[in-house]
Amino acid sequence: MRKYVLRFLALGYLLAVLLGPLSMVFFRAFDKGVDPLWKTLSDPNTVHAFKLTLIIALIAVPLNAIFGVVCALAIVRRRFPGAGIVNAIVDLPLAISPVVVGLSLFLLYGRTGWFGPWFARHGMQILFALPSMVIATIFVSLPFVAREVVPTLREIGDEQEQAARTLGATNWQTFWRITLPSIRWAVVYGVVLTTARCLGEYGAVAVVSGNIEGKTQTATLRVQDAYENFNQSGAYGISLVLAAISVVVLVTMTLLRPKEEQAL
Amino acid sequence: MSIEVRNVSKRFGSFQALDDVSIDVDGGALTALLGPSGSGKSTLLRIIAGLESPDTGEIRLAGEDATPLTTQQRGVGFVFQHYAAFKHMSVRENIAFGLKVRKRPRDEVRSRVDELLELVQLQGFGDRYPAQLSGGQRQRMALARALAPEPKVLLLDEPFGALDARVRAELRVWLRRLHDETHTTTVFVTHDQEEAMDVADSVVVMNKGRVEQVAGPRELYDAPANEFVMSFVGQATRIDDTWVRPHDFELVLAPNGSTREAQVERVVHLGFEVRAELIRDDGEILAVQLTRDQAAQLELEQGQIVYVRPTRATTF
Repeated sequence: MRKYVLRFLALGYLLAVLLGPLSMVFFRAFDKGVDPLWKTLSDPNTVHAFKLTLIIALIAVPLNAIFGVVCALAIVRRRFPGAGIVNAIVDLPLAISPVVVGLSLFLLYGRTGWFGPWFARHGMQILFALPSMVIATIFVSLPFVAREVVPTLREIGDEQEQAARTLGATNWQTFWRITLPSIRWAVVYGVVLTTARCLGEYGAVAVVSGNIEGKTQTATLRVQDAYENFNQSGAYGISLVLAAISVVVLVTMTLLRPKEEQAL
Repeated sequence: MSIEVRNVSKRFGSFQALDDVSIDVDGGALTALLGPSGSGKSTLLRIIAGLESPDTGEIRLAGEDATPLTTQQRGVGFVFQHYAAFKHMSVRENIAFGLKVRKRPRDEVRSRVDELLELVQLQGFGDRYPAQLSGGQRQRMALARALAPEPKVLLLDEPFGALDARVRAELRVWLRRLHDETHTTTVFVTHDQEEAMDVADSVVVMNKGRVEQVAGPRELYDAPANEFVMSFVGQATRIDDTWVRPHDFELVLAPNGSTREAQVERVVHLGFEVRAELIRDDGEILAVQLTRDQAAQLELEQGQIVYVRPTRATTF
C-alpha cells in the first residue's frame, strides 16, 4: 500500500512540476495554428539564433568533456598536487547564479576590466560577441562531465590500469584502451547533460551577449524576446524546439544505457 | 632472471610496511612470500614490479639496477588477487593486450593467443567476456595475459586468495606444473602456509615488514629460525621455554616417570588423523595430533586422564 502512495506522490510531483508546464508549451505553440508558428521558426533571425546556440554548444561541449575527464582523473587518482582544490571548485558553477557569472565576466573583459583593455588593444571583441558567450556557457556547464565520471572512476578502481602498465602499456595507451572504455558511458551521460545545459543557458549569456537580434541572440534569448514582444506562439514555438531537442537527447540516452549494462 | 632486493624500506604514513628487507631470488626459481596480513609481502611484490617505489634501497633484476625503471620497462608479468580483468574486452583481447601495445604483427598475436588459451585450458572461451567466466577461469585468463609478452619474471599477488578451496588446490598444482615447463622466475604472495609449502621451492617468511627466514619448505618446518616461524608455519604448543609440534607428543595410559598427567578436553576425528586438546595438571593446554591407530589403542575420549611426554622439543 505504502509503495503505491509513494509511487503516486512521485509521479504526481513530476507531473505537476515538469510534465505539466512542458505540455502547456506544446499546446500553446499550436494555439493559433501552424502558420504563425512556422513564420517564427523560419524567420532568418530565429534560424540565426538556433545556429548560434548550436555553435556555442559545439565549442563548449567538447572542451568541457575533455576538461571534465581530466578533472575527474585528478580528483580520483590524485596524481598531482592541488587535486583537492580542483574537487572543491569544480562544483562552483552549480552554486553560483548564472547572472553573477555573467557580471563577473563583465568585470574581467569590460572596458575597465582586468583583461578588457588588452583585448581591445589587440582588436579582439570579447563582450557582446561569441567569445564571451562561449566562456559564459563553458563556465555554467563545467561540472556535469566531471560529476558523472568521478563515481565511475572510483567504482572501477585502478587495478585494471595497473595491470595494463605491467603489460607494457604507456600511460597514453592505458588511458585510451583501458580507462576511457571503462568510463565511456559516464562520459556520454555527462556530455548529454552538458549539451542540455548549453542549449538551455540563459542568464550568463543574457548578461554578456548584448542580445543583438541576428548577431548575438541565442535561441533562449530569442524566446524571451518574442515573449516580451507579445509574439506568444513564436516564444512557445522556439521553446518547443529546444524542449524537443532535450527530450530526444535524453530518450536516446536512456535507450542506449541499459543495453550497455547488460553486456557487462 | 634473478631478483635481488637490497635494503628496501617503505612507509605508508606512520605504518612501516617494509623495514630494511633484502632477499635473493635465483633465476628460474619458484618462491613464495609468506606472512600474515600487514607483514609487507604484497608491498614487496609491488615494489619488485615497480607498482610502488621504495623509500630507500634498490631492486636489481638480472644483476642490473631496476629501481629507476618504470613498471612498463621492467618486463614483469603480474597477476592480481582480484584478476584485474579488462571487463570491456573478450578473453582473447585480454590475453592479446600486452602484445598489441607492443605492436606485434597480427598473425603472431593470433597464434600466441591460441597457444596460451590452450595452455590455460580456455579453448572455446576466447570470445567470452570476463563477466561470463568463473573465478578460476578468470584467474587463468589473467595468468595467460601476464604470460603473453613472455615476461622474464612472473609475480602473483595472492593469486588464489579469492577462489574456493577446491579450485585453489587445482590451480596450485597447475601453477607448479606450469613453472616446471616454462622455468620463468616466479614469486607469489600468500598467507596460506600450506599453499606456500606445497608450491614453492623456497619460502620467504615475513612478519611486520621484516624477513624472518628464507628456506625450503622442509627446513622451514624442521628448523624454524625463531619463535614466529615456529608458530606461523605449522602448529606448535609452547611449554615453558620450549615449542612442541602436535605430532611430537607421546601419550600413554599409565605414568612412567617422565610423563605428566593430563585430561582430555576435546577429541576431533578428521578421518585421516585425530586431534586432541589436553589440559595438563599445571593448567597448560596442549594440542596433540595422533594417528587413527594410536587414538584407537588409547580409546581416547573426553574427560579421560592420560600421561603425556614431548618426544621432540625446540628451544630458541
